[in-house]
Amino acid sequence: MSQVDPGNSPQPIQKVTGRLTRPVTASRARQNNLAQRTFFIFTLLPVLLILIVTVALLFRSWPIFNAYPLKDLLFGQVWKPNDGLFGFRPFILGTFWVTAVGVVLAVPACILVSIYLAEYAHNKTRSIAKPVLDLLAAIPPVVYGVWGLLAIVPFVDKVLAPLSGRWLDSVSIFAVNQPTGFGILSAGIVLAVMIAPLIISVMFEIFSTVPNDLRHASLAVGATQWQTIRNIILPQVGPGIIAAVVLGASRALGETIAVLMVVGNIPQIPTSIFDSAYPLPALIANNYGEMMSIPLYDAALLSAALVLLAVILIFNILSMLVIQRMLRRKWAS
Amino acid sequence: MDAHIQVKNLNVHYGKQQALKNINIDIPKNQITVIMGPSGCGKTTLLKTFNRFLELTDGTQITGEVLLDGQNIYDRDVDVTEVRKVVGLLAQRPSPLPMSIYDNIAYGMHIHKMKRDRKEYKAAVRHYLEIAGLWEEVHKRLHDPATSLSIGQQQRLCLARGLAVEPEIILGDEPTSALDPISSQNIESRLLDLKDQYTTVIVTHTLRQAKRLADYVIYMYLGEVIEAGPAKEVFSNPQHERTKAYLEGQI
Repeated sequence: MSQVDPGNSPQPIQKVTGRLTRPVTASRARQNNLAQRTFFIFTLLPVLLILIVTVALLFRSWPIFNAYPLKDLLFGQVWKPNDGLFGFRPFILGTFWVTAVGVVLAVPACILVSIYLAEYAHNKTRSIAKPVLDLLAAIPPVVYGVWGLLAIVPFVDKVLAPLSGRWLDSVSIFAVNQPTGFGILSAGIVLAVMIAPLIISVMFEIFSTVPNDLRHASLAVGATQWQTIRNIILPQVGPGIIAAVVLGASRALGETIAVLMVVGNIPQIPTSIFDSAYPLPALIANNYGEMMSIPLYDAALLSAALVLLAVILIFNILSMLVIQRMLRRKWAS
Repeated sequence: MDAHIQVKNLNVHYGKQQALKNINIDIPKNQITVIMGPSGCGKTTLLKTFNRFLELTDGTQITGEVLLDGQNIYDRDVDVTEVRKVVGLLAQRPSPLPMSIYDNIAYGMHIHKMKRDRKEYKAAVRHYLEIAGLWEEVHKRLHDPATSLSIGQQQRLCLARGLAVEPEIILGDEPTSALDPISSQNIESRLLDLKDQYTTVIVTHTLRQAKRLADYVIYMYLGEVIEAGPAKEVFSNPQHERTKAYLEGQI
């Protein structure tokens, strides 16, 4: 957090004369100045970009905020642009459901894989598994979408839904109300596979930041490798694990094409993982540019983008706060 | 000589490189054995075969036997955690675990479930901190993080942590090389105090430390044991040219 700002130092600059000093020429000072400013501007650029995007979205979606109270937009349940009804609730909930299922499916497996790769695997295994995982992250989302369409949707439809209908039908979040295969679970499975390489790679890096001395200190008193991981390493990497999960979740929140290919795209309030849903990114991608003659439609879609951006920003900021608190507590203890 | 550890035909390879060549030595019980030699001669490698730490590095091959009271610690059915409980290690750099001073000492005892209740743990923590000469300095802040101690105190903490699981053997891998002279002296005097109860094996590259501590000396060069014997004999009358050269400061 601490920044060194040479231009703003409180001490007065002392004139020192001696063998090692030399006068700073005007041109040298100018060069220094210019260089510093250039670096500063390029650092500022990303910050500005977020601001610009936010402001532009706010500006373009202003008409709809003017026409309806924010409460009606965020919590409204009905989406009928033709009738002037713009309720985002189904889309916001759809986004959360899909992301939650994806994260819940991905995270336990990712933790196990990264523990295995970082702590147990031989160098050889690691040197094969790591690049393959990175390659997995490079597969374009649309390919995942096709895979979801051809493999996951039928799998959910023919295998998982009947199983759940047989054993878990009384549990409402597992109830099969719309037996098509297109829905939250399919999207969640596809998302889980998509975000796993990212989460694993971040977690792996975090495990490798734990110094070997600590592992050896624990092993030296006769702890097993698992006891060492449980008692020494996991407490150390806790905040990092959360950071990795947040990164994966952010990616899932914004994932568009792969999700919209398998999620069903029905604007309803989901109650079960087998329900269809319609997440915000899918809404925007499916509709922007079409039927723009409907009054306020353009503003409504852009405000959906704004809501998505806000959700992701709030999510990230909250997680940053959590991580900071955990770190502070760790130093304090 | 009553040997606590016997090394028989021990060979160690890192990949294609041979680090230890056909080592055969005995380590006497309840004495301080010092392994010395120029850097890269394999002293630390030899030390780490005694608590099976060498196998933590990928690609090491170990052949031969290391017998602890007659039992080969590399036998298939030997539990490595039992070996490490009996053979403690004091590392080169102090490595306090990221927990309180108290928990550092209690860690190993908890792992092996050695005590029955809090009271017993408390008493044991105090006992081992006293043995390490740290109790007076830390008894008022047992629940502070161990990293808040000075480096010298941290190393004594690590000594206490190692002793708390009741080992029979203490290995020291240049245990004072990261410490200031006073802290080094402190650790050395602890080791001397403890030598009647524990078999101690120290790796050092300082000849003076070797002379201060050693009852028994092993001199190594390029992965081989050149000479081994009681300290008095080796220091006063080395049998081998290389040992002589080393003792005279030529290597």
